[in-house]
Amino acid sequence: MPWVIVVALFVPQKEMVTMYDVIIIGAGVVGCAAAHSLSRYNLNVAVLEKGADVATGTSRANSGIVHAGYDPRPGTLMAELNVQGNAMYPDLCRKLDIPFRQLGSLVVATAGKEEQLKKLLARGRANGVTGLSIIGRDAVLDCEPKINTQVEAALYAPSAGIVSPWELTLALAETAAVNGVEFRFNTKVTGILTHEDSVQGVETQHGKLWTRVVINAAGVYADILTQLAGAERYDILPRKGEYLLLDKDLDGYVQHVVFPVPTALGKGTLVLPTVEGNILAGPTAVDVEEREDVATTEAGLAQVKEGAARLFPDLPWNKVITSFAGLRAVPADGDFVLRSSARVRGWIDAGGIQSPGLTAAPAIGEKLTQLVAGQLDMPPKAHLLPRPEVLRIREMSLADREKWIAENPSYGQIVCRCEGVSQGEIVDAIQRPIPATTLDGIKQRTRAGGGRCQGGFCQPRMLTIMARELGISPMEITKFGPGSELVTDYLSKGGGR
Amino acid sequence: MKKSSSELVVIGGGPAGMGAALEASQLGAKVLMLERDADLGGILQQCIHTGFGLHLFGEELTGGEYAQRFIDRVRDGKIEVLTDTMVTEIAPGRVQAVNSSGVQDIKAGAIILAMGCRERTRGAINIPGPRPAGIYTAGAAQRLINIQGLLPGRRAVILGSGDIGLIMARRLTLEGAKVEAVAELMPWSNGLARNIAQCLDDFSIPLLLSTTVVQVHGHRRLEGVTLAQVDEDLQPMPGSERYMPCDLLLLSVGLIPENELSGQLGLEMDPRTGGPVVDQFLHTSVDGVFACGNVLHVHDLVDFVTMESRRAAAGAVQWLSHRQPQSSVPVRAGANIAYIVPQRLTPGDGAVTLLFRVQQPMTKAKFTVSAGGHCLLHKTVPRALPAEMVELRLPATKMPTTGEILIDCGGEQR
Repeated sequence: MPWVIVVALFVPQKEMVTMYDVIIIGAGVVGCAAAHSLSRYNLNVAVLEKGADVATGTSRANSGIVHAGYDPRPGTLMAELNVQGNAMYPDLCRKLDIPFRQLGSLVVATAGKEEQLKKLLARGRANGVTGLSIIGRDAVLDCEPKINTQVEAALYAPSAGIVSPWELTLALAETAAVNGVEFRFNTKVTGILTHEDSVQGVETQHGKLWTRVVINAAGVYADILTQLAGAERYDILPRKGEYLLLDKDLDGYVQHVVFPVPTALGKGTLVLPTVEGNILAGPTAVDVEEREDVATTEAGLAQVKEGAARLFPDLPWNKVITSFAGLRAVPADGDFVLRSSARVRGWIDAGGIQSPGLTAAPAIGEKLTQLVAGQLDMPPKAHLLPRPEVLRIREMSLADREKWIAENPSYGQIVCRCEGVSQGEIVDAIQRPIPATTLDGIKQRTRAGGGRCQGGFCQPRMLTIMARELGISPMEITKFGPGSELVTDYLSKGGGR
Repeated sequence: MKKSSSELVVIGGGPAGMGAALEASQLGAKVLMLERDADLGGILQQCIHTGFGLHLFGEELTGGEYAQRFIDRVRDGKIEVLTDTMVTEIAPGRVQAVNSSGVQDIKAGAIILAMGCRERTRGAINIPGPRPAGIYTAGAAQRLINIQGLLPGRRAVILGSGDIGLIMARRLTLEGAKVEAVAELMPWSNGLARNIAQCLDDFSIPLLLSTTVVQVHGHRRLEGVTLAQVDEDLQPMPGSERYMPCDLLLLSVGLIPENELSGQLGLEMDPRTGGPVVDQFLHTSVDGVFACGNVLHVHDLVDFVTMESRRAAAGAVQWLSHRQPQSSVPVRAGANIAYIVPQRLTPGDGAVTLLFRVQQPMTKAKFTVSAGGHCLLHKTVPRALPAEMVELRLPATKMPTTGEILIDCGGEQR
């Protein structure tokens, strides 16, 4: 394809043409795990993301579970990387300075379904999951007091845990960024440039970018990009899951990740605490046509309630603070697609990463790095920088709080009253290695606006702070990128029509 | 950590907090008032419309004017005020707060809770659909427009005919936005009759009763909503759906008393009001903790908040001087009564103010206060609406010392 070269000749002289070693498409948890892993090497890496922030797709709206690994079929990549990923979590989260709670999971069975627990136990053991046991009714009621009393037994997996998928993705991205990985947001890949069956670069709405290797971590769009590249085809079926989030004042109501016995349709509706102390119920599983369809539905939310009530009959639904839906990138063939293309040199697929994708992500990052090492010479860096510390004022001891407030009084000015987030923390979020540029970005980073009033109090105030700190007009501030502007006009001077 | 102590700590510097602080100060108490915002006045500051103060001052004031009357007196008086100060921890007799000068640890003789309320959100009522920009609670939109000078959208639908929703329908119209409709789930409005006349009728904005939003549309910015009529069980009726294009959806779907601190104190709560259980002195179930204003129950008019706050102040000051034990005669909501404040009476020597709301609109509404089958008091009014609070005064001579008090509402259903 000689036109690729022709285009290259017309790049204006004043613009430096960067040749990347690796371009990662997608700043979800997989793309960021790959970026994090690759940032240990002397490589020129860029992450391209069509959204305004990290984790705007599948990684944003999922259950946030670090699975033990008894669920995937033995011998699959899912099984292997689930167990590997799970083992990496405690250390990784400590290094990234993000919360990880290894509270264990329960698959609870009612009468007649105990046999299924044995199957899961055997599968877990085949996958190399340690610590699994089946516990009886009394033990279940003992460790999960509000659970349906009709429970007969449960599969207990102590290595399961919970993490904030968003925070994990951000922490991976920030660590990668301080170690030299470039992140380009609002940058949608529209074409793949190849020459003689080798990747040359990608086309975006802002122009072309040149690279030796592309890692395709584009979530529900990955199969489309693979087709554009001309690499070995696979299909992704977007599957929607709806969730309900309940108030933090229920902290302690649910103490484990609690699953029903799985069915052919999946793991079913589960109930679990989040690392922030809320309770999460969901997901549903509905195949959808549209890859942007994250609309909640009346039927879906009713189904979540029904499913969750089978596990916890008295869950107080008047404590719901929000609902949301996410898409899973379900691979048609049933397993993760992680491979270097044999057809297109330099094309690496990381597709079909559905559950247990979050759990597997750190291991997927390592695996992708090995695949890159098969194509590029990549000497390790001598020094790596840690992720800059995040100040969480409300979680500090009184003495530390005092110290930080004395240094910067804005840490004592609470903007979000539900979550107790100070103005100083909001300004910090705008100045991080991966800066918050949108209202949702601030909410994800600081929790401001994510509490029980859902921003009713702080959102107008946040607009003022963001306009000031970002140096833009309030009309340019968006919820989650261009097209989602929050306000339309200044009031006209005269008013009236 | 800065340690201090105060006879009476008032939490919240809105109308309830200021009313209580001023009254208590006048009665001789040393008062500290804590406010999390930069200014006193609370939500009144964003209420630039008139209608405040008719009962208390016999004048029609704006929210800001009403607040300023109190602010001036607070600033002139002996009340100590900390603004931009957020209470983070509370226990009986002790309040911890944070502000830009650090953590404040305050020993409190008595505490008056006056934190106000917050708005119910989309999440709380679970409107299905995507999550685009352009969906606001009515109060948040009111702040954007009236305080920050920003218009949140150009073509609006308002869900909920509570007073803030009605006021915002007019406000948006005056600023050049088109308000397509106000949809109300119930077969009657939750707003004051005068607001329906002045905010909707005067601007030809349709009020769609028994109607709700069943779906929002638009992936990035709101593009429209689907409205549907609801049946008697408030369930959307299939076939009644209609699409209405809009870029702004305001929610005025109820207010919730802001009782996070009450939870920390372990106060007995009333599920009907969403606020603490109190006696006629506005004394909660925890000794030395009082509550007034919208944190106790959502009021219709600020004038009544002020009056209630004065009773709370009197109760707290009295308690500071002689801590009599509480005993209680429960006050129970009977037929067609949504809730009553106070929920219990401690026998005392003064008359008692009973505030309550009806469940359903009534004409020729007859209220009966009885104890053990004996009528203590009755009153008939031409009409009673859920949107409007009803006040009855029970003379001291009629207060029973045992048993329970029951309030019923009879009359003709509208």
